[in-house]
Amino acid sequence: MGTPNAESSRLYGLTVTEGDPAWAGVLSGVRLDLPVYHIAEPEIKAQVEPGLYQEQVGLAELVLETEEIFSALRKVRQSSE
Amino acid sequence: MDLKNKRIIALGERDGVQGSAIARCAESAGAEVVLEVTHCFV
Repeated sequence: MGTPNAESSRLYGLTVTEGDPAWAGVLSGVRLDLPVYHIAEPEIKAQVEPGLYQEQVGLAELVLETEEIFSALRKVRQSSE
Repeated sequence: MDLKNKRIIALGERDGVQGSAIARCAESAGAEVVLEVTHCFV
């Protein structure tokens, strides 16, 4: 995912794991249990060629609430285990 | 999570990281991108 903040990360994350938390869309009540990660999370970032990462994500990462995003997604993953 | 040989969905957002950027990064890590989108909530 490339979400910009913790709340959107939580919403996207929950939607593709336990189903749409807002019960507004087609994934309401649909449990997909997909493993969900942000592109800037260290374990994902480490697998990308560094020059390409800087070119594609580097600038955006500077303004993202990374720690809050990572924390929100860790909780989503823990709750779907 | 090892991305190599995984099929991934790139969910980008205009105010964050674009789907196309996520897709390129994932492909460089050995993943296959099966869907790439960039949402905009403005």
